Amino acid sequence: MAGFDYVIKDIHGIHARPATELFKLIKGRDCVVKVAKGDKEVPFKGVMGIMSLGAKQGDSVKFTFEGAEADALCEEVKAFMEANL
Amino acid sequence: MVIYSGKSVFGGIAIGKLYVYTKDDSMVKRVHIDDPEAEIERYHKAKEVAIEQLGELYEKALKEVGEDGAGVFEAHQMMLEDGDYIDSVENIIRTQEVNAEYAVAQTGDSFAQMFLDMEDEYFKGRAADMHDISERVIGVLSGKGNGGIQATEPVIVVADDLAPSETVQMDKDLILSFVTVHGSANSHTSILAKTMNIPAMIGCEIPLDDSVNGKIAVVDGFEGKVYVEPDEETMAAKKKIYDEELEKKALLERLKGKDNVTLDGQHINLYANIGNTKDLGLVMKNDAGGIGLFRSEFIYLGSDHYPTESEQFEIYKTVAQTLAGKKVIIRTLDIGADKQADYFELPKEENPAMGLRAIRICLTRPEVFKTQLRAILRASAFGKIAIMFPMIISLWEVKEIKKVVEEVKAELDEEGLNYDKNIELGIMIETPAAVMVADELAKEVDFFSVGTNDLTQYTLAIDRQNDSLEKFYDSHHPAILKMLKMIVDAAHRNGAWAGICGELGADLSLTKEFLAMGYDELSVSPGRILPIRKVVLETNVSEYRESKET
Repeated sequence: MAGFDYVIKDIHGIHARPATELFKLIKGRDCVVKVAKGDKEVPFKGVMGIMSLGAKQGDSVKFTFEGAEADALCEEVKAFMEANL
Repeated sequence: MVIYSGKSVFGGIAIGKLYVYTKDDSMVKRVHIDDPEAEIERYHKAKEVAIEQLGELYEKALKEVGEDGAGVFEAHQMMLEDGDYIDSVENIIRTQEVNAEYAVAQTGDSFAQMFLDMEDEYFKGRAADMHDISERVIGVLSGKGNGGIQATEPVIVVADDLAPSETVQMDKDLILSFVTVHGSANSHTSILAKTMNIPAMIGCEIPLDDSVNGKIAVVDGFEGKVYVEPDEETMAAKKKIYDEELEKKALLERLKGKDNVTLDGQHINLYANIGNTKDLGLVMKNDAGGIGLFRSEFIYLGSDHYPTESEQFEIYKTVAQTLAGKKVIIRTLDIGADKQADYFELPKEENPAMGLRAIRICLTRPEVFKTQLRAILRASAFGKIAIMFPMIISLWEVKEIKKVVEEVKAELDEEGLNYDKNIELGIMIETPAAVMVADELAKEVDFFSVGTNDLTQYTLAIDRQNDSLEKFYDSHHPAILKMLKMIVDAAHRNGAWAGICGELGADLSLTKEFLAMGYDELSVSPGRILPIRKVVLETNVSEYRESKET
């Protein structure tokens, strides 16, 4: 199991575009990804779940990864978040 | 004549017939089915077709409005592939034994509601996407075609709201303007209108029926009004503005590719100010001769750690290569004051405008400075880059900067890394102190670029954000104009060139003055380049000088 916390810097938050790009990363990988904001946690099965968190600038989100590719995917998602959000 | 008001999202005048666009929103019927698994199979097939259609729309939109406007279709594809959405459709079909159309409609509604319940306006707006993608699948399931505009001449499209998939399917040659009852300023329709350069309005309480359909109307995107069946007087007045606009557009088009030379042969460089690589398209589109101010702050502000050398190098390299040999002046990081990045951990200051900012940070934290200089120098092997340093007040700062640059060059030499050995170094003149010692400074550098925003603030001791000081603020204050003359003279006396990259540089009422002062370059936001070129081409500098003397 891997994971990280991240504070959103992008002014628009996790909107449709980054959610789409994030899901592209995760799709088809051997790993169960969950995202949480506050006490709301959603399984990352697509763009709607993560968008339903309504994560905006300044919000902290927590990603957790479980499965064979957890560590690698965790790094990739983290890098994506840092570069884009 | 009836007048409807709304919120303009793009200026301009359109004259033509109104075309009321309505959706085919025939109710989806709930039908019992016997074989849910077969129905689920039918849903998946329809979903695949819908995703394919979206792929085609993406390609089409990419050509029409570019990456930013086309992205929505890729997002829609992802939404259709969303695990939660698919689960919901399958569940409804399976547990309620109903048709796929009904299950998709139900799912679309509940997801839309989820977004509507959110606080943020952006997320609320996603409800429309939910309806749009659901309607697309239902359309495929029920074998209905897609709407479009059935018109024989260009029309003003009037609608309740327009989904991206609807606008992109419309024949663009048939659209004079968009007017919608709902919709947002950041919608696809607005982006499309801006790209197509046609007036558009949202939030307009226009009835969507035969009281307007087919009627002649004028859309005035400047004042946000639609005049249905305008009287003669109104029509004549609007036609006049329309013709003027047309002339202006044509004129600016004609200015592309022209040299920036005055009637009496004086040349000036017109460069663009940009704050992000996203703006590169605008730089090219507006025929900029180069980039006079590349604000490197965005790299720092958009990051949660000190940007690495390679992260920065890639960005500078892209810019240098895109400009293909035209000059790119990169300003080293100018943060502090109103621009803060947490990881710099800058102490809170009583008076940040006069605090630890810009070059002062660089000279206090040489490792941060060196990383940026290394990245810029390495990128200089891929185009024509120059480096510019902000917030200079003293000669020793410039000497210190040059020493650091030499150190970095020596490092690169040692590592066998390429860079432009003759790279130009310049400084921003944005403090009264720098103006007063401009002669000494000019001996040390290749160029000056005047940051008029800060120079004005520090000279007049007026914070421009402060509305209550408007009465005292004068952007054409004689003190500023006198300084501008002193700066360019000092530069020329000492073999340097001088430009202006602050907002004042784009002030058309001063273009002649800047030419008369002898400025070599003006760097302005991309959209201002062609209007300034127009003034340059129409100016006779020697006549202007004489007229001032008499």
